[in-house]
Amino acid sequence: MTDRIEQRINSLNKRLNSEKRFRIYCIGAMSFALAWVLILFLNIFSSGYSAFYRTVIQVDVPFLNLIEDTTQFSEMSSEDINNLSMYSFSKKAIYRLFPDIEEKKDKKMLIRLFSIEFEQEIREFLKSNKSNINEAETIYLTASDDVDQVNKGNYPRDLDEDKRRIKDIQLLFFDDLVDRGLVSYEFNLPFLMRGDSREPELAGVGGSIVGSLFTILVVLILSFPIGIFAAIYLEEFAPKNKVTDFIEININNLAAVPSIVFGLLGLGIILNTFGLPRSTPLVGGIVLSLMTLPTIIIATRASLRAVPPSIREGALAVGATKMQAVMHHVVPVAMPGALTGTIIGLAQALGETAPLLLIGMVAFVVDVPQTPLDASASLPVQVYLWSESAERGYVEKTSATIMMLLGFLILMNLAAVLIRRKFETKW
Amino acid sequence: MKSIKIKADNLNVYYGEKQALFEVSMYMEEKQVTALIGPSGCGKSTFIRCLNRMNDVIDICKVQGKIEIDGNDIYAPDMHVEQLRERVGMVFQKPNPFPKSIFENVAYGPRIHGIAEHKSDLEEIVVTSLKKAALFDEVKDRLSDSGTSLSGGQQQRLCIARAISVNPDIILMDEPCSALDPIATARIEELMGDLKTEYTIIIVTHSMQQAARVSSRTGFFHLGKLVEVDKTEAIFSNPSDQRTQDYITGRFG
Repeated sequence: MTDRIEQRINSLNKRLNSEKRFRIYCIGAMSFALAWVLILFLNIFSSGYSAFYRTVIQVDVPFLNLIEDTTQFSEMSSEDINNLSMYSFSKKAIYRLFPDIEEKKDKKMLIRLFSIEFEQEIREFLKSNKSNINEAETIYLTASDDVDQVNKGNYPRDLDEDKRRIKDIQLLFFDDLVDRGLVSYEFNLPFLMRGDSREPELAGVGGSIVGSLFTILVVLILSFPIGIFAAIYLEEFAPKNKVTDFIEININNLAAVPSIVFGLLGLGIILNTFGLPRSTPLVGGIVLSLMTLPTIIIATRASLRAVPPSIREGALAVGATKMQAVMHHVVPVAMPGALTGTIIGLAQALGETAPLLLIGMVAFVVDVPQTPLDASASLPVQVYLWSESAERGYVEKTSATIMMLLGFLILMNLAAVLIRRKFETKW
Repeated sequence: MKSIKIKADNLNVYYGEKQALFEVSMYMEEKQVTALIGPSGCGKSTFIRCLNRMNDVIDICKVQGKIEIDGNDIYAPDMHVEQLRERVGMVFQKPNPFPKSIFENVAYGPRIHGIAEHKSDLEEIVVTSLKKAALFDEVKDRLSDSGTSLSGGQQQRLCIARAISVNPDIILMDEPCSALDPIATARIEELMGDLKTEYTIIIVTHSMQQAARVSSRTGFFHLGKLVEVDKTEAIFSNPSDQRTQDYITGRFG
């Protein structure tokens, strides 16, 4: 008898130990995955956060040198101000930072501490403050990318001069400006508002955010109704026969097609046959819709299938037509699932790059698109574009763009979870 | 003798290759409870689902023969199945209220049939139906609560209220108490006694005691055949077929 009990206890201990081991394996697997995600996030965050602020240099601009009486600016239209010749005036304003410099070469070096759009920035300042311009105004001009990176400490100053883009004399100027308290940081609003640029300090992610939003909007408008209706038809109305089996298999196949194939399709048919405008969110959205549709259809069908058949019977038994039973009772119950599927599909589309490369959304676009018919970049393509650039400014901007993209994806997935929680039918 | 409400004549039903009902002929009297009993898979549910054509939703189901309600063939080509189901309500084995408010559950039928013209009419129908289903007193303060928040027995009475909301002549009940506890079952049986003054009721049941308690006529199905149909007392006291005798005495089933 005691033998038997002992035997049982031994066997139980064995089972409990194996359970413990199993748990350790599972926790290990989860920690491993989590560690990689953390490393990824840390890596991107640590190299990207500095793109959200930028270096500006304080410059006193003596507007009295441009005009006899600064109150006259208030009577000028924007066009008049655009017509003012301000280039040498702006340069002189910058030279005043170091009045002792005589040599032309050094002056050029000084100018290069600033972004090449310094004249434009002074002009914009003038335009937006034209009614109360004083004799001299303090303006914060964008520093050039090299200065920006030196200031952020991303730039190796101790390299030999001929291996650096920023020269010794410029570093002298810069250090002097820092000592005089003229160099400061500000929040990098232009990064969020502007389009792409050849100058890293001026390049912004605004154009690609708007492009991505337009693209996603097109995807939503196209694929949500089509996907939902297709799923409802297949699940609720289609007869079960070989034809519908064939369609079902092909929808599943479609979900597995590599996305670049959809890009080729867009290039061949939507651009070349239908002649829709190249590089636009409209075309990008159409192509990504093809990719998103199967996701939406499969998710919607699954949630329709999960609605208990007794609900359909209940509606039919009081005399509802098939369509009424489906639209009044089945679809509302399935809707949270369908919406979740749609959002996940949209999130996939948001991060998709390959098909957009083929339909020309990889173009260099400076302007922020105003409509889905304007040429545009998108967030993932912007990442791709900037990751190939050598300038250090683009390195941090690549990471910052990835941060934006991840931020949008997290928001969308959060929305999916919240929608499911809030609208799920409680039985 | 009561007048005949439903008449099935030589009914054969097939699910694909398999024949589920064999030449069933029987009638049901108006404003009476007719019980259908028999072991699982005997075809009694198939039969009751022919009476409001719920079998239509099954693609492979094929019905031969004739069913007349008030002398009209319900499988005639000009018979709209939605109209038929307005006259022949159904209560299912498992309570299946819509995941909507109690009010909406009952109001749905009248609304899709356009029975109520004004909101006040609709409210009146809902209240009357809930009263007839003996549920009103329990839910009158929470008509906007979800129908699925009720207890099993209340849900089933809500389904009965939903069925009578469109003012049918006939109510089909497919094992309405099999998912309920004895107390809830007793309430539903009591309710059936009230309802039969207005409606013709057909009930499929596994419980012979229930059939004996609520019905005036009983049909016994076995292996897809209607073995015997007669007055309930006769079936339970003096069955004419040996198989009926065996079933009601508990020798099989």
